[in-house]
Amino acid sequence: MTATVPVGPPDQRSIHHRLRLRPLGLRRRLLLILTLGSMGLSLFLAITTYGLTRSNVVTQRDESSVDATRRNAQLVTSSLRGNPPNVQDALDALRGFGVQRPLIWYRPSQDWYGGSGRFQASVLPEELVRRVVTDAIPARMILDVAGETNLVVGWPLPDVGAYFEFFSMGDINSTLGSVRLALALASVITTGLGVMVGVFAAQRSVRPLGAAAQAAKSFASGRLDTRLEVTDDPDLSVLADSFNEMAAALQQRVERDARFASDVSHELRSPLMTLSASVEVMEARRDEMPERARAALDLLSSDVTRFKGLVEDLLEISRFDAGAVRLHLEELLVAEFVRQAVAISSVPTARMTTTQRSETLLIEGDRRRLARVIANLLDNARIHGAMADSGEVTISVQEILEADGQLSKVQIAVEDHGGGVPADERSLIFARFARGGSAGRRSGSDGAGLGLALVDEHIRLHGGRVWVEDRLDREAGARFVIELPAEELAPEEITDEEMAT
Amino acid sequence: MLTVEDDERIRSAVKLALEDEGWTVDEAESGEAAIELFNRNAPDVVLIDIMLPGIDGFELCRTLRRTSAVPIVMVTARNDTHDIVAGLEAGADDYLTKPFAAKELSARIRALLRRIRPSTTRRSHMVFGELELSPEEGKVTRSGEEIHLTKTEFRLLCELAENAGKVFSRENLLDRVWGYDYFGDGRLVDVHIRRLRTKIEADPANPRYVVTVRGLGYRLET
Repeated sequence: MTATVPVGPPDQRSIHHRLRLRPLGLRRRLLLILTLGSMGLSLFLAITTYGLTRSNVVTQRDESSVDATRRNAQLVTSSLRGNPPNVQDALDALRGFGVQRPLIWYRPSQDWYGGSGRFQASVLPEELVRRVVTDAIPARMILDVAGETNLVVGWPLPDVGAYFEFFSMGDINSTLGSVRLALALASVITTGLGVMVGVFAAQRSVRPLGAAAQAAKSFASGRLDTRLEVTDDPDLSVLADSFNEMAAALQQRVERDARFASDVSHELRSPLMTLSASVEVMEARRDEMPERARAALDLLSSDVTRFKGLVEDLLEISRFDAGAVRLHLEELLVAEFVRQAVAISSVPTARMTTTQRSETLLIEGDRRRLARVIANLLDNARIHGAMADSGEVTISVQEILEADGQLSKVQIAVEDHGGGVPADERSLIFARFARGGSAGRRSGSDGAGLGLALVDEHIRLHGGRVWVEDRLDREAGARFVIELPAEELAPEEITDEEMAT
Repeated sequence: MLTVEDDERIRSAVKLALEDEGWTVDEAESGEAAIELFNRNAPDVVLIDIMLPGIDGFELCRTLRRTSAVPIVMVTARNDTHDIVAGLEAGADDYLTKPFAAKELSARIRALLRRIRPSTTRRSHMVFGELELSPEEGKVTRSGEEIHLTKTEFRLLCELAENAGKVFSRENLLDRVWGYDYFGDGRLVDVHIRRLRTKIEADPANPRYVVTVRGLGYRLET
């Protein structure tokens, strides 16, 4: 009979998965190890100490009890050998010495004498009695008598019987109890200290990791000159050195790539300049040309324009990649700015709505780049709105209030009546050279699709964000929204100034 | 017009296109040749490519500025703020990035060359504190001492002075001084204002005459 055990990749994966469900961080691991370590060590010390103390105390008591029993046994023997033998006398003599729990087995009468209270012969184990009475060997045993621990020592009395004595060990127990308590407390305190040291050590030991993580994050966000501080610690300097080496190599590579893209577009500009000036000269003579040459010139001239735009976009993108974009920041009155930017765009007739408050909002922005952003969004709307052959493009400016009523942002939204953007493509269309799929957002003739990528880069550099959503009125079409940090112009700054016209 | 450009193909094509626009064009392929031609022919406008072998465009700009207030347009292959601001600081009046259209260049130059528009309200003499302005003579003095301004700086100052106390937006100034009828960029105005301040203000960092109005533009204090 063979049992079929399901094995294979899926199961292995599920095991892996399960194992990874409870990942223990380095810090927790360190803490756990130190806690368990200190706890184990203090428990070991406590138990050892207790054991030694206990055996010490018990041994002492044991020896003294055996001594006392031997002495008392001689006393009893001499009393019983008297004439006539008198058990009661022996007991009285013992009481006179302060013996509290004696017990005598008197062989001639085959009977027990002297049991007091609960300390009767009935509590003695048979084994002990046999050993002492029958075999005549001294013996001792620890017994629980009515909840109290007692040491019973038995001493054979040659010819006359045997003598037994109970010694209470309650006091030892209470001593050992306080020792136990003290040791337990000490263990708890030691473990606590261990945990504290563990927390401290864990934090200390992962702090360089935190710094490294911060540095890596900063590096990933584009600050390519991020480096870890070099330390004297030999363990950490390995990490710092290799991180810094990696960062330098990456930086070099990124910069080389960016410089290459920049150089390419830069080199392309010179022939483009010649092309564009030559096309201009030819265009001035367009009317003198035969029809076929004219058609060819039109193709040439429109593609030179497209080529110019592409090179310009590539150059701008490569500047972003090299982190070389420096904004020329001005304070701009946002509504007025958008109005002007619309006027020079390819859709100067776009309908614009503003809220009253948005007219007095200031943004910090690079005029040229933001105008480009708005032009790109309007271009995009024009192209895709036109494809659907319906409706106008609208642009709106409105302020955004925080939860506490503070004004901190402004939204500029461009709406078209095109095919809209399916939800799963909404983040993709801001990627470079993205062309919309099913919805046909980007047609083949629309160039390289760097427009929206540039919008995204520009807006991010301005500390804002851009996204696309459904039109607010739920009609077909797309709504591109830019959100930028804004502040309100103080009232006195508006009323005091009279604009020259 | 004098064009300074080291790439022969570009030079030829630009010359053809500019001649179509009605200009007589002198060509120089280096800064040294340009200085010689400039002294010989005294052109109305100089077009300088920033990237030149030998004396570079910035240096050529400064050299010409030392002796002349001729309008200078510089051509950059980069639209980097750094290059453009450096060029304007070196004394250029306007800039274009490659590839540009000859028509646009032509329009820019005409605007630069256009004389200050005659105006009925024009006063022949204006005084602001220690500053005295005589638009017709093209002269500015501070505490009686004459200040040398380029043509563009002078026109900028005159425009502000014409409506002293009123705020001019950057677009407004671009339109009036540079003749831009489109949405230009603020660097041109900002750098020229800065240059103007270093010449007419006692303390350019805390201007007394040409002040910035937050979010709006510039104004000449009366």
